[in-house]
Amino acid sequence: MHPINNSRRNFIKNSGALALGATLPLSLVELAFADSSQNFSFAYISDAHIQQIKGSRFVRNWDRGLIRAVAETNLLTPKPDFVMFGGDLAQLGSKPELDHGAEIMSALGQKVRYVMGEHDYYLDLGEYWEKLFGPQFYSFEHKGVHFIVLNSIRTYDEWTFHRWPSNEQRMLEMAGLDNPNSSPFMVGEEQRKWLKSDLDKVAKTTPIVVFSHSPLQKIYKGWNFWTEDAEQIQALLKPFNKVSVIYGHVHQIQYNQIGNISFNSVMSTAWPWPYPTAYAQAEQYLPKLTVPMNRADPFFERDATGWQLINLADGHVDLDYTLYNNTERSVAFNAKTKRPEDKAYQAETSRIPPQSHY
Amino acid sequence: MFFRLCKHTVINLALIAGLVSANVQADEFTKADTDRWQQQFMDSVKQGRELWTSPTLGGNGVVCAQCHPNAANTHPETYPKFQKQIGRVVPLWEMINWCLRNPLEGQPLAADDPKLIALQAYVTYERRGVKLEPGKH
Repeated sequence: MHPINNSRRNFIKNSGALALGATLPLSLVELAFADSSQNFSFAYISDAHIQQIKGSRFVRNWDRGLIRAVAETNLLTPKPDFVMFGGDLAQLGSKPELDHGAEIMSALGQKVRYVMGEHDYYLDLGEYWEKLFGPQFYSFEHKGVHFIVLNSIRTYDEWTFHRWPSNEQRMLEMAGLDNPNSSPFMVGEEQRKWLKSDLDKVAKTTPIVVFSHSPLQKIYKGWNFWTEDAEQIQALLKPFNKVSVIYGHVHQIQYNQIGNISFNSVMSTAWPWPYPTAYAQAEQYLPKLTVPMNRADPFFERDATGWQLINLADGHVDLDYTLYNNTERSVAFNAKTKRPEDKAYQAETSRIPPQSHY
Repeated sequence: MFFRLCKHTVINLALIAGLVSANVQADEFTKADTDRWQQQFMDSVKQGRELWTSPTLGGNGVVCAQCHPNAANTHPETYPKFQKQIGRVVPLWEMINWCLRNPLEGQPLAADDPKLIALQAYVTYERRGVKLEPGKH
């Protein structure tokens, strides 16, 4: 049995609700903050990597991950206010992959907003993606929170426009996470200007939540767990009281606090990635705060994949990770220590053997 | 008679001497030798890296590097080890074949297939410098 206060599965399985009765952990969506009207939740699905084999054949494993996330998100009661998709819907950015992914996502009952990932982008620089999902960067308001979506996976113009003989080649070069021919991610000048003017209109007391595909902090350059102009983005966000950045790309649990900014990563529905600490030749900067996800058991193909329910509680984000084949994790902003912390495993003495990566 | 025997012996000794001189000292090798052997190994590593990122190694276009960038989380230094799902102690190449069959939806390779050896050369090379811990989980 899962500990009851930690159990997303009990929560989403309506069929089991009667049996559980009064112990249903409704607190997962309605946290007890003073002004409850400011509290709401949204679901976050990311990194599906829908991969075409040929014609109408797609890699079954990745399809199943996304189908499951969509089905479980639809079972949430009460409904989340909206759903985010964190990028890398496709593997190689093709129309069949984006169409197939969009079709699976279309089963969601809620409004869905999308973040651009490098696997969606580098074939046609987001042209078809824009037709399906809208602009590559934008902002919106919801219940007093200012949300910003950035395309953080752009790179140097020379690499994008002048290096590769074909768009297909460019896509393949960026698709290899460990490919030495790829190039560092960045938000870039155009969006930094836009971000500055967008933020100029927002009161410093308004909670800000930024969605990006890559971490807006520097962890490991070799796998693009990295954004080249991260410091410049952080500087633009510095004047605000409550700022949260939520990113995909890394296919693992990471969290950090830099000044006023909380960083939280989300899981992939497709497959997990090793922590950069597991690459013996790498110089990397995994945040010390992060208690890693469990090491994946490859014999369960959905292990170390999943999706998130995110609560906006008093302007800060709390993440509940629904991890297929594994115990759920919950990382929440601790108002006392002013940083995100794991609810069960944060203390060194609470950690379990699968959380050690080497 | 004696003369003939002597002549024979001399010829035999000469033959033996010839063999010895053609065969250099067994335990001596040069920098050129080690460079060549290292190059042979690195060629296998290079082939392994190409296979690691090849969409045609398996059956569905998925590549090893998709889950194991730079061969991370393969832990060659811990094999042979007990795999609870297989129920016995296995060498690394059996796990590689498991991956070929399952996430890559392809065919396993023979233990002495140069491709399987190259994959192991690459994986182990990416883990160079890490101490051996056979059996570790």
